[in-house]
Amino acid sequence: MSLDNATVAKIARLARLRIDEAALAPMAKELNGILDFVAQLEQVDVTGVAPMTSTVAMKLRWRADEVTDGGNAEKVTQNAPNAESGFFTVPKVIE
Amino acid sequence: MTDPAKNYVEGATGPWEIVIGMEVHAQLQSQSKLFSGASTTFGAEPNSQVSFVDAAFPGMLPVINGKCIELAVRTGLGLKAEINLHSVFDRKNYFYPDLPSGYQISQFLQPVVGKGKLVIDLPDGSAREVGITRLHLEQDAGKSLHDQSPNLTFIDLNRSGVALMEIVSEPDLRSAEEAGAYLKKLRAIVRYLGTCDGNMEEGSMRADVNVSVRKPGQPFGTRCEIKNVNSIRFVQQAVEYESRRQIDIIEGGGKISQETRLFDTGKGVTRSMRSKEEAHDYRYFPDPDLLPLELDAAWVEELRRNLPELPDDKKARFISQYGLSPYDAGVLVAEQESAHFFETVAKGRDAKMVSNWITGDFFAALNKSGQSLQDFVIDAEKLGGLLDVIADGTVSNSLGKQVFAAMLESGKDAMAVIDEKGLRQVTDTGAIDKAIDAILAANADKLAEYRSGKDKLFGFFVGQVMKAMGGKANPAALNDLLRKKLAP
Repeated sequence: MSLDNATVAKIARLARLRIDEAALAPMAKELNGILDFVAQLEQVDVTGVAPMTSTVAMKLRWRADEVTDGGNAEKVTQNAPNAESGFFTVPKVIE
Repeated sequence: MTDPAKNYVEGATGPWEIVIGMEVHAQLQSQSKLFSGASTTFGAEPNSQVSFVDAAFPGMLPVINGKCIELAVRTGLGLKAEINLHSVFDRKNYFYPDLPSGYQISQFLQPVVGKGKLVIDLPDGSAREVGITRLHLEQDAGKSLHDQSPNLTFIDLNRSGVALMEIVSEPDLRSAEEAGAYLKKLRAIVRYLGTCDGNMEEGSMRADVNVSVRKPGQPFGTRCEIKNVNSIRFVQQAVEYESRRQIDIIEGGGKISQETRLFDTGKGVTRSMRSKEEAHDYRYFPDPDLLPLELDAAWVEELRRNLPELPDDKKARFISQYGLSPYDAGVLVAEQESAHFFETVAKGRDAKMVSNWITGDFFAALNKSGQSLQDFVIDAEKLGGLLDVIADGTVSNSLGKQVFAAMLESGKDAMAVIDEKGLRQVTDTGAIDKAIDAILAANADKLAEYRSGKDKLFGFFVGQVMKAMGGKANPAALNDLLRKKLAP
């Protein structure tokens, strides 16, 4: 597997990361190194083996439909860079 | 099977076929959110119903609400759909200020509900089956308010994490009317099942409408998706406008570009949303915080056994059990409350008469009042009482309407109104005889005309006698006596 610079630029844009033009090639090299490392797993024959979803044998836990949380508007917004009248505020998003 | 040609719309170059598929987001009727214990109540103070999970604080983990799973499966069963005993939650990644985690937990490749079907009822009494592609569970996002400040957007996360079902149809719909009928039926089904309140004004149900046009027999055209339409009427208007727009572009030599559009409810037009710099790339992957959703087959069967009678079954039963027309049965079962109201009134009464009254004067008055069936001044008992006195001849059907109007005003029962206003029907042949004699004496010229063959005047005499008796004469007795008197 090999990522080219254009793909790296696209992934960065989707992740809202600013990467300078000059940094694209080194980043691609690093990412390709990781991908190549993981790609070794492809050598294992997994025919007929169900995908593993957890390392421990457990099932998804279901909770009861009860209101147990909320009423914390202040706490929820207290770390926000900006908040006003209980709302988070951000630079205007124009649709 | 309906003739597809009846839905074709005419363009400058001949007939066109409209193709519509719908994606409906329906809020599940749960007390708490899909993955957190915060409340789902509508209209609370901003950010007062937000847990740290909903606000995506670091390290917070989702725990699924069992009730939401049950409601989604119930809906699937109501849509006669395959239930997938194994399904998976995925992350749908995108950036937007009202999505604090940067991803929506949804189901992509393995939804909880697979293929199903829904029957739409059309105004001409016919019905048609529409394919359901899938139903999956997902989280709602928060709410952005753009009008609170000139340079800021306000974010309220109360909706963030509320459980939604996304119900996707096949592109089987062929007109604005069918799109409306689809939404109506889907709303009726979720309301019957108690899985979603179907309240479109509060956003509990929203539709994304995919519209394309083609020449009959040709492959599908390029579609445009109209996002977040929040009423049945707007869905119909949006389809009308959008299909015409596409036909005009193609006939003008242009091409349709696939895009997301908004319906401007004020102007009745669709507008292109800010053109995306690049196509969405959601990079779905299984959510590592959530194990696959495994359902027990016996549990699903238990839910299936406990389904209520759904609109289609109820409609079929109303037709066979009560002898109603498909149209009237369809009107009555559209809401569970009105179906129940009908059955309450129809008990021990002439069902057709009950149906005529309910779908006619009663619904007209109810709609005009703007009240709900429960709060309405005339309840099942009062309406039944009125129908009884019409059936037993105490008042005629047309006088019954007057009694009904007075009942609306006063809230009194039928007998009280009749006694108060002296509306009791006169069946005493002596009194009717007397009235007839008086009318015939006063209209000797008309009597002569009648006897010389002008049969139509019979109605005139009936009307005159009825008028003289204040509408209270028993119509059958009056006709009978009058015919005898008029005979030469």
